[in-house]
Amino acid sequence: MATQPILSVEEISLSFGGLNVLSEVSFQVNPGEIFAIIGPNGAGKTSILNCIGGFYRPSAGRILFGGEDITRTSPDRRAARGLARTFQNIALFRGMTVLDNIKLGAHAHLRTGLLSALMYWGPAHREEMALRERVEHEVIDFLEIEPIRKQAVGSLAYGLQKRVELARALAMEPKVLLMDEPVAGMNAEETEDMARFVLDIKEERDITIVLIEHDMNVIMDISDRVMVVNFGQKIAEGTPDEVQHHPEVIKAYLGEKKG
Amino acid sequence: MDILLQLIVSGIAVGGVYALIALGFVLIYKATSIINFATGEFMMIGAYFFYTFMVMAGLPPIPSFLLVMLCSALLGLFVERAILRHMLGQPTISIVMVTIGLSSILMGLAEMIWSTDFKSFPALFPRAPVIIGDIIVRSNLFWGFVVAMLAVIIFALLFKYAKVGVAMRATAGDQMAAFSMGINVRSMFTVAWSMGAIAAALGGVIIGNIGGIQPTLGSIGLKIFPVVILGGLDSIAGAVVGGFIVGLVENIAGGYLDPYVGGGVKDLAPFVVLVLILFIKPYGLFGKQDIERL
Repeated sequence: MATQPILSVEEISLSFGGLNVLSEVSFQVNPGEIFAIIGPNGAGKTSILNCIGGFYRPSAGRILFGGEDITRTSPDRRAARGLARTFQNIALFRGMTVLDNIKLGAHAHLRTGLLSALMYWGPAHREEMALRERVEHEVIDFLEIEPIRKQAVGSLAYGLQKRVELARALAMEPKVLLMDEPVAGMNAEETEDMARFVLDIKEERDITIVLIEHDMNVIMDISDRVMVVNFGQKIAEGTPDEVQHHPEVIKAYLGEKKG
Repeated sequence: MDILLQLIVSGIAVGGVYALIALGFVLIYKATSIINFATGEFMMIGAYFFYTFMVMAGLPPIPSFLLVMLCSALLGLFVERAILRHMLGQPTISIVMVTIGLSSILMGLAEMIWSTDFKSFPALFPRAPVIIGDIIVRSNLFWGFVVAMLAVIIFALLFKYAKVGVAMRATAGDQMAAFSMGINVRSMFTVAWSMGAIAAALGGVIIGNIGGIQPTLGSIGLKIFPVVILGGLDSIAGAVVGGFIVGLVENIAGGYLDPYVGGGVKDLAPFVVLVLILFIKPYGLFGKQDIERL
């Protein structure tokens, strides 16, 4: 079966000044899978996500999303095409309530012209009500954040903020969800919840997930395929099991055997 | 007691206009983190636009008013697209210098186009002073206050509820996150500059209507700094409260102290209060806590 990859990264390189952050990294993500990117600190994982998201423009190579070249597309257009993102350091709009944050995600779909966007009443209002209903059911209930939806984001516990960020990304109804360290800094219970949500998203939502994570237990439990990067280069790719026993990976994580 | 009440009422009225101009500053700062030292000149140019349409072209007040809004929006758009967009990523101090330069350019242009002569608008409102109880308010001041408050309310509602306002708030909150929400952050910068220019220009028309216009009218913009620093550079509510405080302080201090020192207290007092408040609350009354120092 030759399914077309939903996301295809072809030999991208990235450098800042003289520093090579990524060199000729290629990989393909298939529809409906959880694809994990792991590697030591500073290996270039977040840079890969930033290239896919459009914040960095690779100096060479291209990125295809659903078969279309998006290498030169601006981040907001990529988002509108179905690429959502959560951040390593939570990037919520802190002054707003949980619900407002989530609705902002959904607004990506109500792309209207600037002039009609100024209008709040009439058709825009009806659209707004439909949106609210959809968000309530498909995002808030799903992620079990019903009780906190009116609260200001800044007042929430860290784990909950991460969940709200995920909710906001889901409200965008993305095709591909990029997650940068979704369980970093979480306690065991929060981590377990998040892992369950990620699996549920994949299974019930038909959303492809690309994630970066340091928590090896989570990676091994939920990923379909894993790519390992070190010093900006891809050193291995395969199922969690294959990757775990790959000599290059062991070397990268544990260092070389002396003698 | 009557004098105090009188000073309070005119202080509030002037403060409302300051609030509107300060809003023009805050809208730009909030979305783009740029401290716009040309706010006063945006205001002055707005007043000249109004003069051009109403006096020189002979249009009725309301179309003139709408045209002022349109032209100011275009001015804001031009300034953002042609100048500040290219400054993206430059140090704050360079960007501040650019806005200071911009203020000089705008003032020079105003002198070239409209000359340095003092100009005034024909009467826009009924001339009879407005009387509230025992208090008498000059008609231009009263109606100016009403128009300014209406504009502030409309801007605040837009910012809170309209999609473009929500997108601007998101941009102000976190640019990367806003981008990933599908918000075109660059166009939000343009919108912020246009809206900021409109708010300042409306303030300029009101001030010009009260005291006439000259290319140096923009120096009133300096008073916006106590207002916005009092309220916090990035807070709309703060701009409104700060506007009222400055209006009240300068009127009351001026009214009571001017006779003893021979004038000038009105311009000095807001800055004294500003320094005192900053001793106690360095980030202003409503500001977020990570404003960079210059």
